[in-house]
Amino acid sequence: MSKRIDVSDLNVYYGDFLAVEGVTMAMEARSVTALIGPSGCGKSTFLRTLNRMHEVIPGARVEGKAVMDGVDLYGKGVDPVEVRRQVGMVFQRPNPFPTMSIADNVLAGVKLNNRRMPRALAQETIEKALVGANLWNEVKDRLERPGSSLSGGQQQRLCIARAIAVEPQVLLMDEPCSALDPISTLAIEDLMNELKNDYTIVIVTHNMQQAARVSDRTGFFNIAGTGKPGHLIEMDDTSVMFSSPSEKATEDYISGRFG
Amino acid sequence: MAAVTDEPAIRRGPAPGRLGNSIFKGFSLGSGIVIVVLLGLVAGFLLYRSLPAILASREQLEGVGFMQGRDLLSYVLPLAFGTVLSSAIALIVAVPLSIGIALFISHYAPRRLAQGLGYLVDLLAAIPSVVFGLWGVAFLMPLVGPVFAWLSENMGWFPPFSDYQAPARNLATAGLVLAVMILPIITATIREVFLQTPTLHEEASLALGATRWEMIRQAVLPFGRSGIISAAMLGMGRALGETMAVLLVLSPGFVINFFVLQPGQHQSIAANIASQLPEASGLGVDVLIATGLFLFLLTFFVNLAARAIIARRAEFSGAN
Ligand SMILES: Nc1ncnc2c1ncn2[C@@H]1O[C@H](COP(=O)(O)OP(=O)(O)OP(=O)(O)O)[C@@H](O)[C@H]1O
Ligand SMILES: [Mg+2]
Repeated sequence: MSKRIDVSDLNVYYGDFLAVEGVTMAMEARSVTALIGPSGCGKSTFLRTLNRMHEVIPGARVEGKAVMDGVDLYGKGVDPVEVRRQVGMVFQRPNPFPTMSIADNVLAGVKLNNRRMPRALAQETIEKALVGANLWNEVKDRLERPGSSLSGGQQQRLCIARAIAVEPQVLLMDEPCSALDPISTLAIEDLMNELKNDYTIVIVTHNMQQAARVSDRTGFFNIAGTGKPGHLIEMDDTSVMFSSPSEKATEDYISGRFG
Repeated sequence: MAAVTDEPAIRRGPAPGRLGNSIFKGFSLGSGIVIVVLLGLVAGFLLYRSLPAILASREQLEGVGFMQGRDLLSYVLPLAFGTVLSSAIALIVAVPLSIGIALFISHYAPRRLAQGLGYLVDLLAAIPSVVFGLWGVAFLMPLVGPVFAWLSENMGWFPPFSDYQAPARNLATAGLVLAVMILPIITATIREVFLQTPTLHEEASLALGATRWEMIRQAVLPFGRSGIISAAMLGMGRALGETMAVLLVLSPGFVINFFVLQPGQHQSIAANIASQLPEASGLGVDVLIATGLFLFLLTFFVNLAARAIIARRAEFSGAN
């Protein structure tokens, strides 16, 4: 498991509106890459191009390359459905399926690939994913309860379990802790530290401390003004980015002097 | 700050806006009461007017020509059976079709086409039922005749399909006409529900690598489940009470059986009332009103059952 993604010259559009322009960056395998930057600079937009979720929006399109394991995700004949099975995603707001039990939520993705699962295997998958998402102990006695009966933090970890149950190569997380309290946030940060042993993780966050705590590499996005496209300003090892960034804008943003 | 001004920050007496609130509260409470009272009045009227028929002796009822010597229960049961069976046929045909059309409009068609199609479906709802009845006789009947004949010949071992007799003035045709009639209301209701599926859940499914159809099965259909049931009940309510279309299409009979391809077997309560009332008098009218009461109760309990089904899994619905 775990593959790197190399993005080159990526332009991302909503209809005619160029939202992100000319991004070239690498997301290393078995590491956490953090994307930071002011609101509206295109972090979510960029993240969603990595599993081809961007094109779900009517009129949205992408130019450029995103290569994983030698294959361009946007190459001819590549099925977005196949890409999404390899590149999982956790959203900003926890979104377990309300009509499914906790157990079925975990299996939601697995069952797409493998409809008739033997019971024992299903049990094993559920336990492994929930343990992996640090949720097992809290829910093991109520796996048949609806997913919506959990707290927000638990729901988010359920979504993580759902995403890792299909054993993707890469895990994308868009502000996964923004709806959570500090304790749930810590739980998820710890989880990311464990998960990066197995997965390539890309996380968008507004929390500088979080980026500093969990990530190995950090990329800073910025926009020149509203209506202008977002750019990747700078990308480096997280320790370097937070101590001696080479761009003035990065330093201003990180230190909170951002106007 | 509050300490600087003389007035305390929290005034005594009602806060501004209280009055509007009370008026609205009274108004909505009043509307609620009106509904209950209306329902009670209708039920009361039906019950009051059917009492003579319910209390009438056998001899008295034998005087009512169209009952052909039956007592009230054995008169109304075949009618109720025909009513339910024709509505069931209509639902079996209309609900899957409606789900398909609604899905196409909400999740497959390009926006322009979807709008046009939605509009067309709504237009269908505006066609008067007598026109549907005429359409059923003049257009549908010749069309389905050969199909019924084929079914009867090749699948006649299945009792409902046995012994088709032309012309197709049978319950199957009536059910099909009803299906077309209730299609718009069911489709429109289901479409609205599907359109309200949270993007969050659709994206959750797609991000797991679901195809569009898998996404629909995982996120859209379960979310719309209770909506689909309510829509079906709305349609069923209409089909149960539909008069004109059945009256024009069906050749009536008073038997309880499943031979839906044979004419002269079934009749619906509403169509029966419409056909007998002009000739009826005295106790005959009371009998027909009693069948009306039965229809009222039938629709009422169908709706109750639907609510119970929806409530049973409320915990797993998209509402929380
Ligand atoms: N569905 C959409 N249709 C059109 N434009 C969009 C859409 N979603 C986002 N945009 C635009 O794309 C640009 C980038 O938005 P994006 O959501 O990627 O920003 P972000 O960096 O994630 O911001 P935040 O930190 O607030 O989440 C913004 O100008 C936004 O208005
Ligand atoms: Mg965002």
